[in-house]
Amino acid sequence: MNFVALKMLTGDRAKYLGLIFAIAFSSFLIAHQASIFAGIMDRTRSQIKDVTDADIWVMDRNTQYFDEVNALTDNDLYRVRGVSGVKWAVPLFKGNPRAKAPDGKFRVVILLGLDDATLVGAPRKMVLGSADDLREPDAAIIDEAGYRFFFPKQPLELGRTLEMNDHRVRLEGICDASAPFTTLPVVYTRYSQALGYVGRERNLLSFVLVKPEPNAPIGELAKHITQATGLKAMGGDQFGWATIMYFIRNTGIPINFGITVMIALIVGTVVAGQTFYIFTIENLKQFGALKAIGVTNRRIVGMILLQALVVGSIGYALGMGMAATFFAIFVHQIATRGILLLPQVMIGTAVVVIFIVIVASLMSIRKVLVLEPAVVFRG
Amino acid sequence: MKKGNEYAVVGREIEKWFGEGEARVHALRGVDLEIRMGELAMLVGPSGCGKTTLLSVVAGLLDMNGGELTVLGETPAQMSAQEQILFRRRNLGFVFQQYNLLPALTAAENVAVPLLAGGWNRIDAVAEATRLLAQLGMEDRASSLPALLSGGQQQRVALARALVHKPRLVVCDEPTSALDAATGRTVMELLSEVAVRPDRAVIVVTHDSRVFEFADTIAHMDDGRIQTVETGAARAQQIAAQATQARELYA
Repeated sequence: MNFVALKMLTGDRAKYLGLIFAIAFSSFLIAHQASIFAGIMDRTRSQIKDVTDADIWVMDRNTQYFDEVNALTDNDLYRVRGVSGVKWAVPLFKGNPRAKAPDGKFRVVILLGLDDATLVGAPRKMVLGSADDLREPDAAIIDEAGYRFFFPKQPLELGRTLEMNDHRVRLEGICDASAPFTTLPVVYTRYSQALGYVGRERNLLSFVLVKPEPNAPIGELAKHITQATGLKAMGGDQFGWATIMYFIRNTGIPINFGITVMIALIVGTVVAGQTFYIFTIENLKQFGALKAIGVTNRRIVGMILLQALVVGSIGYALGMGMAATFFAIFVHQIATRGILLLPQVMIGTAVVVIFIVIVASLMSIRKVLVLEPAVVFRG
Repeated sequence: MKKGNEYAVVGREIEKWFGEGEARVHALRGVDLEIRMGELAMLVGPSGCGKTTLLSVVAGLLDMNGGELTVLGETPAQMSAQEQILFRRRNLGFVFQQYNLLPALTAAENVAVPLLAGGWNRIDAVAEATRLLAQLGMEDRASSLPALLSGGQQQRVALARALVHKPRLVVCDEPTSALDAATGRTVMELLSEVAVRPDRAVIVVTHDSRVFEFADTIAHMDDGRIQTVETGAARAQQIAAQATQARELYA
């Protein structure tokens, strides 16, 4: 009877296509919005993710997320180094000075000051130049998006200069940094140099980056550091999630995206459910005839579920295809770089589509199950 | 003679009502019914007399509220719902007033549905259906969709669907009411030729007096009861006499 179910489904082209497009656009919208949301949230921890040399971040005990820090003292760095299990610990400065291009164009940047000796936290993906060139006087590395802001429509080349706090900054490298949440340019320089690029405060040490000894678990060592120094210490992954959760809790971003996803879910369910219901109602006499002929309720439920499964699968595939095409086109744009169609989002959308088709088919199944086959004898 | 001694349907004091309390409507008020194998029986009467309800009860599509009913030697009232479905699938064929063909299926595929429901594979079922359609003079329309067939052709497809699985009881609800006189007659001729066999009974609900002559027995119903039962031959004589009377009147 499966082919009967499929022919019944495809026989009414308009409703068949209506069902598919309802599910396709719902799944596209859900996947699209969820991916952008995930991508934007992921951007809040971009600079944490980009530091792959150190495993533990130590910061002021009241620090909630990456972008808002209270400076530590130089003494804190030495105290952390003294904790058992710490292989090494280096300073990291994070600030937001204003940088100015020679033509007067200016913008606040994310300035990361790396340990002078080790350059721990230096960018790993260089587009032009080398991270070691940071050792040159006034040297800095800027991310490609920032370079294109300060020097639009100009070829990538080294040696260009910016000005920060009346200091000349010479760009000795261009890197591919993860896009930050704020879309500000990311500039890397040495710690000692970074301190001169910002307005002078008494303390400027933002974070201490720690590498554990090989036998020291990250979580345990972070606890030891906290106990020994009174500072907050956590693994990079944990700090990344803390930053994401800060934005989720304290901004309207999840609500806005959540509303769009909910609307997509509701519209998809209602449109698909309504169309499927009408499709079933219009075929009610035929279903009645099948029941009279001796097709069991179970078989008819199977037929309806098969129809829903086919419509859901095709609609989902189309929706994912549209979403994948969208992200394939925009993943290389500066504003949307790094935002991808995540496998987790695809799986989640599949679950939602399954929900939509089950709800849609349940409305129809109920109608058919309570249908008396004697209805076929009523003209 | 086509009639056998075996009874296809035996009903005693069949009661059926709808609704409860003051809203209760009696559709069948103690119907007695006997239909033999090999017989084409017609249930006739005015609208609302209960003939379609009786057909639904006999076909197992409605449960009766009282009385006794035996169909093909079995007692449907004693069967579970699943057993009733299987019984219908194996033993009953249906012809509906509005044909009720699946619009997306070809004529042959529509005819094949009872075989598919019985577990046949698609290729064999459609081949068997096509063979039967050829017997009914529809071989050139086997691949046509119902929308492309005339009313008479659709009813022939419906007839083929009712017979394809070789049921022992065929029930027809107003099979000619949606057809013109000539087409209705053709369908009835086909029905009496192909469907009526010694090992099968056919029950036709109709109010179309033009087709009474095809009946072996005619049960006249009114107000939920069978009022009279006459043989087809007697009824045919009555119709012929009425026709002669009419000719003399207008001569």
